Amino acid sequence: MTEFTMPSLGADMDEGTLVEWLVNPGDAVSKGDVVAVVETAKSTIEVECFDSGTVSALLVAPGTKVPVGTPMAVIGPATEPTAHTPAPQPTEPSPGFYPAPVRAVTRAGDAVSTPLVRHLAQKKDIDLSTMHGSGKGGQITRADVEKAASPPRHRVPASPLARRLARSLDVDLEGVRGTGQNGTVRADDVRAAAGKRAHRTQRAHRTQGPRPPAPEPPAMPPSGAPPVRPSVKSRPDTLTTGAPTTRSAISALMTRANRDIPHYYLSTTIDLAAATAWMLNRNANGPVGERLVPAALLLKSAALAARQVPQLNGYWKDGAFVPADGVRLGIAVSLRGGGLAAPALANADTMSLPELMKALRDLVSRARRGRLRASEIADPTLTVTNLGDQGVETVFGVIYPPQVALVGLGCVVERPVAVEGMLTVHPTVTATLSADHRASDGATGARFLAALDRLLQGPEEL
Amino acid sequence: MNTRRASTKAPPPTTYREALREALREALHDERVFLMGEDVGRYGGCFGVSLGLLEEFGPDRIRDTPLSESAFVGAGIGAALGGMRPVVEIMTVNFSLLALDQILNNAATLLHMSGGQLSVPVVIRMTTGAGRQLGAQHSHSLEGWYAHIPGIRVLAPATLDDARHMLAAALADPDPVLIFEHGSLYNAAGVLDPTIEAVDLDSAAVRRPGKDVSVITYGGSLSKAMAAADILSGDGISAEVLDLRALRPLDDATVMESVGRTHRAVVVDEAWRSGSLAAEISARITEQVFYELDAPVQRVCSAEVPIPYARQLEEAALPQPASIVDAVRLAVS
Repeated sequence: MTEFTMPSLGADMDEGTLVEWLVNPGDAVSKGDVVAVVETAKSTIEVECFDSGTVSALLVAPGTKVPVGTPMAVIGPATEPTAHTPAPQPTEPSPGFYPAPVRAVTRAGDAVSTPLVRHLAQKKDIDLSTMHGSGKGGQITRADVEKAASPPRHRVPASPLARRLARSLDVDLEGVRGTGQNGTVRADDVRAAAGKRAHRTQRAHRTQGPRPPAPEPPAMPPSGAPPVRPSVKSRPDTLTTGAPTTRSAISALMTRANRDIPHYYLSTTIDLAAATAWMLNRNANGPVGERLVPAALLLKSAALAARQVPQLNGYWKDGAFVPADGVRLGIAVSLRGGGLAAPALANADTMSLPELMKALRDLVSRARRGRLRASEIADPTLTVTNLGDQGVETVFGVIYPPQVALVGLGCVVERPVAVEGMLTVHPTVTATLSADHRASDGATGARFLAALDRLLQGPEEL
Repeated sequence: MNTRRASTKAPPPTTYREALREALREALHDERVFLMGEDVGRYGGCFGVSLGLLEEFGPDRIRDTPLSESAFVGAGIGAALGGMRPVVEIMTVNFSLLALDQILNNAATLLHMSGGQLSVPVVIRMTTGAGRQLGAQHSHSLEGWYAHIPGIRVLAPATLDDARHMLAAALADPDPVLIFEHGSLYNAAGVLDPTIEAVDLDSAAVRRPGKDVSVITYGGSLSKAMAAADILSGDGISAEVLDLRALRPLDDATVMESVGRTHRAVVVDEAWRSGSLAAEISARITEQVFYELDAPVQRVCSAEVPIPYARQLEEAALPQPASIVDAVRLAVS
């Protein structure tokens, strides 16, 4: 038996809100499976499980905010019934689904409820004092709150044929008067409603000229369509309304970084003539789907440079530098609705360029949809901020703690360059390094930028 | 049917019983065919189907048997295995349960258990159904139980033409075929359609086309469904009447095609409702054409009691045109 706990999804995270469970009790999970969606102050993240086994209980209800390290689920051993040993019977009643962690029953006005239920009510903006509980002794249960939050959806009684017709004729069953048994809507009722509407639309066109007909009620979504996951639907809201929290989280983190980390800054301009020429040639001869952008070359070079200068690839922890065991290149992604995420591109130094392109596209789109994995958000070893697409030439960034350096890349611009005594115009990029002076000195940083430059001069090696 | 043809060459009217007898007479021209059962010889069959055949074909071909269903059905199966084409008559389906072991465990399974080496070309005829005040032990409709069994074919001729022609097709089938003759049909009179020379055993028949509801039935309930359709047409409800004809295998295609057009279905089955053939058909309709349905499938079945002897009670227990009309109205209302 192991516990699945609220993970720390960043150095600055001390609590998180469970948005939804992607598993149910009894589901088999294996290490690396995405089991839950957690909302942190910065973004919404898919959290992976670090154990394999069977989910035996979910301890935290969606919508609950819990501190890092709080057990959220119990994962038991994988159930493999053997011939000799029968499945172990629980000796005590196993914890049910979302048992209230605190059983204390308190009074809120006249309504009696548990803290978990009160929390839920608060979240759903329901006044418990106006409710009558269906539980023991009038206690307000979770079900009561959920019922109050979403009154049972009225389902129009309709025959299967009527439903099918309504969909194909784009008729909202809600407005159709049923003439069948107990007011059941039948096919003829739908046809009549569709006919009436067509008639009305026609008349509207005739008498009112170009004025558009009154908007029709929205059609029922086809039941065959995959159900919209409420979490997905609510995601844009989370991001926009979550922007202030995102802002405050960034504010706290960057204040800490600028206050605690003695930064030093280096800058160099790198000639991209060779890299650009090689890339254009490759793109011209390769399939469209595998075309590269300059960012891929820059990121790959940065990852390789980080491998060559390991003093910048790691963490400052407890007053000492701890080198990382691999290169997980953090990519600063600006989010719609404001804010930043810097998920890690794992093994960026060993990926081929097409792989890196693909991984980058995937990572950025998921970051913007708020669907990052915990492992991606947790542990970048060196972050790159690339403002090239905004037309910025030089960016000096603030280190993302506990990392010890940040690489800034501007846009690729054509500049006059002196080559072997001759003046010519080449595409160039300004690469900068913000580094933690506690962990390294300027010479180390210079070695990094030099390595970056050298790598970009031999693009075919990347 | 008969009036239409009376004006032309006027073929002689016949009955369901005579049609069956004619089919047997024709079949007996094949030396391998013989008829056996209780009272089929000297008495002429307890429903008079085989009257006169003993005189015509002799005791080797028309054999009276002891009162032991298990024994003579088993003998029929043995004869079929030995190369004969026996037609076994069981007095009523109620008594056939004594031979159920032979039918299910031998006739229906031998082909499978012999790895395809032994087919059992036996034809078993029996009477089914109520409506003649014969009491519970002679009146039940258990053909649905047989339709449950893989390995046999179950037929229910409801018309004179089917009574006349199904036997030949059944004898041509290398596997066991059970023919259920509804007791109330034996006296049904009419004229055979001279254009029909053979029938197939696979398809249901649309006995009356319609567009508002599909009334699906078979055997003794067909005439009641037709009567109900007449009443309904007076109200402007156009009922299509389907005769299943073969209860196993069921002709899903014809049923679904009809329900797909009418969008409503009423199943009429003289058997008890629970676990009936009507239940099977209703389930198949839901499985296959659910999104064509504009109303729940209605079923008209017998009351779940042993069929009563008293006339009024017996009539009340069975599907009647009036109850079919009510069910149709419920479906189309």
